[in-house]
Amino acid sequence: MSNILAIAQKELKGYFASPIAYIVIGFSAILYGWFFINLLYYFDRISMQAGAGFEGPQSVNVNDQLISPLFLNVSVILLFTLPLVTMRTYSEEKRSGTIELLLTSPLTDSQIVFGKFLGGLILYGAMLAVTLVHMGFLFAFGNPEWRPVASGYLGLLLMGGCFLSLGLFVSSLTRNQIVAGMVTFALFLLFWVINWIATFMGPTTQSVLNYLSITEHLNDFTRGVVDTKHLVYYVSFIAFSLFLTVRAVDSERWRG
Amino acid sequence: MIEVQHLTKRYGPTTAVDDVSFRVEKGEILGFLGPNGAGKTTTMRVLTGYMPPTEGRAIVAGYDVFDQPIEAKRRTGYLPETPPLYPEMTVRDYLLFVSRIKGVARSERKARVGEVMERTRIADVAGRHCGKLSKGYRQRVGLAQALLHNPEVLILDEPTAGLDPKQIIETRQLVKQLGGDHTVILSTHILPEVSQTCQRVVIINKGRVVAVDTPENLTSRLRGSETMHVQVDAPVIGEVRAALQAVPGVTDVGIADTRGNVASYEVNSETGCDVRRELASAVVSRGWGLLELRPLRMSLEEVFLHLTTEDVAHE
Repeated sequence: MSNILAIAQKELKGYFASPIAYIVIGFSAILYGWFFINLLYYFDRISMQAGAGFEGPQSVNVNDQLISPLFLNVSVILLFTLPLVTMRTYSEEKRSGTIELLLTSPLTDSQIVFGKFLGGLILYGAMLAVTLVHMGFLFAFGNPEWRPVASGYLGLLLMGGCFLSLGLFVSSLTRNQIVAGMVTFALFLLFWVINWIATFMGPTTQSVLNYLSITEHLNDFTRGVVDTKHLVYYVSFIAFSLFLTVRAVDSERWRG
Repeated sequence: MIEVQHLTKRYGPTTAVDDVSFRVEKGEILGFLGPNGAGKTTTMRVLTGYMPPTEGRAIVAGYDVFDQPIEAKRRTGYLPETPPLYPEMTVRDYLLFVSRIKGVARSERKARVGEVMERTRIADVAGRHCGKLSKGYRQRVGLAQALLHNPEVLILDEPTAGLDPKQIIETRQLVKQLGGDHTVILSTHILPEVSQTCQRVVIINKGRVVAVDTPENLTSRLRGSETMHVQVDAPVIGEVRAALQAVPGVTDVGIADTRGNVASYEVNSETGCDVRRELASAVVSRGWGLLELRPLRMSLEEVFLHLTTEDVAHE
């Protein structure tokens, strides 16, 4: 455990010593703020319409009309920012030769992989922490329910974990950061749009495609539902990606 | 302390290391000598547990590097060819991080880092970022990193590469001091380094061990054709030369230096044929003064060239 923390800490220091952490956190905050304002105006309009008795939804709920769509928008931000976080993790160590230090230290491959994953997850946590400010305004001036908010954050954390673990795996395959970043981005996109075709398919294919989509599983979390089905998906996605990463690092040793 | 048995490493169709075996005793400094691409780095990478061997095994400090990698790595310090530095970390932070993953107890880390920085003379750059160091400092930080957990075995891949002459001397002295407490394997393609620092040499070429011996033995064992250095005080130089040439077994006589009546000659003779007595009597019987007569030892550089080119010729 101490070894995992040592690696995680090193990763974090690396993120914050380079511009990566500031760019990722800063631009995510800007984009998130933009989405937030956009949805806030929209929410303002429909609640005024509802209040004036005009057409539109009979009741407005800040959780359903504002917070839930906001959380779903976060997946768009993650799509673009998380490849930046993971692309250097292994590639850079391989290119600069520091991987030799890690692999000849008394550490297991899994400790290194978990440490790197944890480091990325903490950075992602910092990114999410910024969004608490906006949430604070909603709680200060409105009365949203806290349970869907909490489950929404849990969902976001798990979804980000999937992206990070997949990115880590891709990074372990190449010594070129750009290649790692590009492939990671393409795979994220694929897992995001994989169910778009679902409506044209038969019922079995449809449910399979829907199940595979990373973002599909977030919906229930944002509505306050913590379904084991989704938990199993996210956790097994992360576990499998990390397992593949450990195998990739090990196989690299054999190939030399 | 280190035992390598029939080690073979293949990358696909190419064989980088081919059936290499050698032993290093506790406290010994072993030089690993060979041209670039001979398989030195690959052998070291196997010994440090960076990569597994295709065949054979390696035992370091009593642990098989493949079966008990963690135990073996705990007792091994490794300086790779390129020092594994994180450019964004300061030297001190870097060494603290390494001491942590090498398993140095939390309470001892600070003291240990200070000690090692002192020993490798990098204390003055403790606060600098690793990425901004000169090549000489990088190499020394790499060496410091390998010493942090006070390992029984030190594996140094070209520790003097990229250093200036003063730093090279300092590093060699440091390595010499480390022998005794630590068992050291040191790779190099610079020959004087081996004769100055190592007690034993393994010469490797094209993945095979060509010779294992002390630097002295290697030199004397491999004196191909013998050369004598003879200094004679005689009035006519040409006469001396002719007289030396006349000794049976002598193939060639060259004049190395003349100073008045005194001249130095280099006398080449056939291998295995000791001509010292005959040379001496040839000079003395003519009434000349024999000032000096000694065999010229082939320098290790020549031994090395000899070994590796001979190996090529066999193939």
